[in-house]
Amino acid sequence: MVENQLLVGEFFLSGDLACAEGALSAGCRFFAGYPITPATEIAERMSTRLPQVDGVYIQMEDELASMAAVLGASWAGRKAMTATSGPGFSLMMENLGLGIMLETPCVLVNIQRGDPSTGLPTMVGQGDMMQARWGSHGSYEIIALAPSSPQDIFDLTILAFNLSEKYRVPVLIMSDEAVGHMSEKVVIPHVSPESLVERRHPTVRPEEYLPYQPDADLVPPMAVAGEGYRFHVTGLTHDERGYPVMTAEAQDGLVRRLVDKIRVNRSDIVRYRETQVEDADIVVCAYGITARIAQMAVKMAREEGIRAGMLRLITVWPFAEERIRELSRQARAFVVPEINYGQVVLEVERCAGDRARTVLVPHMGGEVHSPDMILRAIREVS
Amino acid sequence: MTVDQAVENQSVQKYLRQDRLPHIWCAGCGIGLVVECFLKAIDRAEIGPDQIALVSGIGCTGRVAGYVKLDSFHTTHGRAIPFATGLKLGNPELNVVVFSGDGDLAAIGGNHLIHAARRNIGMTVICVNNFSYGMTGGQVGPTTPLEARTTTTRYGCFEPPFNLPYLLAASGASYVARWTAIHLRQLERGVAEAMTRPGFSFIEVICPCPPIYGRMNKEPEGLDSMRYYQEKSTIRNGADPRGADIALNGPIVVGKFVDKECPNLWEHLRQVSHRAKEKART
Repeated sequence: MVENQLLVGEFFLSGDLACAEGALSAGCRFFAGYPITPATEIAERMSTRLPQVDGVYIQMEDELASMAAVLGASWAGRKAMTATSGPGFSLMMENLGLGIMLETPCVLVNIQRGDPSTGLPTMVGQGDMMQARWGSHGSYEIIALAPSSPQDIFDLTILAFNLSEKYRVPVLIMSDEAVGHMSEKVVIPHVSPESLVERRHPTVRPEEYLPYQPDADLVPPMAVAGEGYRFHVTGLTHDERGYPVMTAEAQDGLVRRLVDKIRVNRSDIVRYRETQVEDADIVVCAYGITARIAQMAVKMAREEGIRAGMLRLITVWPFAEERIRELSRQARAFVVPEINYGQVVLEVERCAGDRARTVLVPHMGGEVHSPDMILRAIREVS
Repeated sequence: MTVDQAVENQSVQKYLRQDRLPHIWCAGCGIGLVVECFLKAIDRAEIGPDQIALVSGIGCTGRVAGYVKLDSFHTTHGRAIPFATGLKLGNPELNVVVFSGDGDLAAIGGNHLIHAARRNIGMTVICVNNFSYGMTGGQVGPTTPLEARTTTTRYGCFEPPFNLPYLLAASGASYVARWTAIHLRQLERGVAEAMTRPGFSFIEVICPCPPIYGRMNKEPEGLDSMRYYQEKSTIRNGADPRGADIALNGPIVVGKFVDKECPNLWEHLRQVSHRAKEKART
């Protein structure tokens, strides 16, 4: 079924296509990108679909330009997105930083592949998780979501736009080649306008408008170009007027707020899903495609009589640190499988402290874990 | 000051952020003159200021965005044009102007520059060319003439420079002009003209940088550079820009080189949208 050119119903879609449809349902009307395996299908779908809904698709000359164009479109009032993979993600770090500094709502999708460098273009990886957190220079907080299935990426793409509009921060969807390229049933609901979040608009007259004067939640209302506010924004350290101020005081106020607007709202942002953790001695903590395999390993462990449970991270950033701390008082060990040589495991280890052991189950990429690899680690710590 | 001058002056003041002055540019710098021409051009072209979005990159000219009382964006080094591309495609009603320097636009942003020209996207790019990187202290740039001295070419520049009008014309820009800091009337008229053209407009403005580039190349005062422009520049409207190379202390060909009508990016996109909807219906 099609309502206003948006799909509604049950479809058989790859993760990449489901991501594109999720963006459209979320109200995304601008996409700028550059072809890259395994994210290209998102761009292709958007190039077909956006012109049907009065949106704009543009293929830019590189990923530097793609990310810059996404920011520009957001400041023109559009919900905007780009999609890429590792090498392109590296190039986007520059303007991701500008997006954070200007507090620009937008969504950046990374369909991760084998790494580093050109790595394994057509094969799975999860090696960009720390780059998602720290990849652009400087002190900031970011929101990153990790979908585990095509249905999930559809749902999380809508969530990504909502969080982005609410907190005025670029939101990353840290998916992977396995999810991007697998096809499954995707149920697309009628998405009501009430379920979509739109950026807060200034309510003051243009002459009274201060572009970076925050509301109580530390997020400032946002005017867009062409409305008569005649605002100035800059990547330089700035005050509430948006004017550059080269002082340690201005730096302190700005950086604290950029970070704190995510930190103080963590309880509203952080999401995870748990199964069988109530009595768990061993908690398997995983995200993305790896969470689905870990779920199978937990089931196998339970069949062997091991009290294993599953914590699936939906938001990897900000990290579910309170929950890991709580679980570390109950569980003996955390088992962390990921398709890299140890990234998110460092955060689990930090939060678990000495209260529980943390064991990495690494995979260098190119394939997903087998459930047995994870099961063996569960057995070893049980 | 005559009454006429006072009125004229006022017309510029209303578009400046008075609370941000004085500006950071050096005595004798040409950027202020170009800003003045641009601000006058807004009224000359009868464009509502609320409709204008000005985007700058990084560098001395990159600071222009911070001084104009318009929706203005001071972005990353080299990325003013792709940022502006998003603004324009996000809201085609905006009159988008990119104001930046030669290093920002032609070196780190060079790829974006030629692709924007190729797309013929509706925007005006004003490129202040002072032949060097001023903000970082006067290093060699993509337009530094051969043999010119900079802080990184003490023995003379050993790379041939870009001829920007030629590059932009070849890339598909539908309006291409070059003026210098003494051609203020032509520049003001040119900017007004460029801002009312539907496609991609590019205006290069040769400007003095007395404390660094000028000092190192026997033009220590702004007036020295102005004298050079006056003596060595010739207006040749409609000239083939391939003959507009600039050698050290050599002649400067200025004028409007390209002013052609061809469909802009938005016109093509509207057709695409129409076709997409037709196809979705069938």
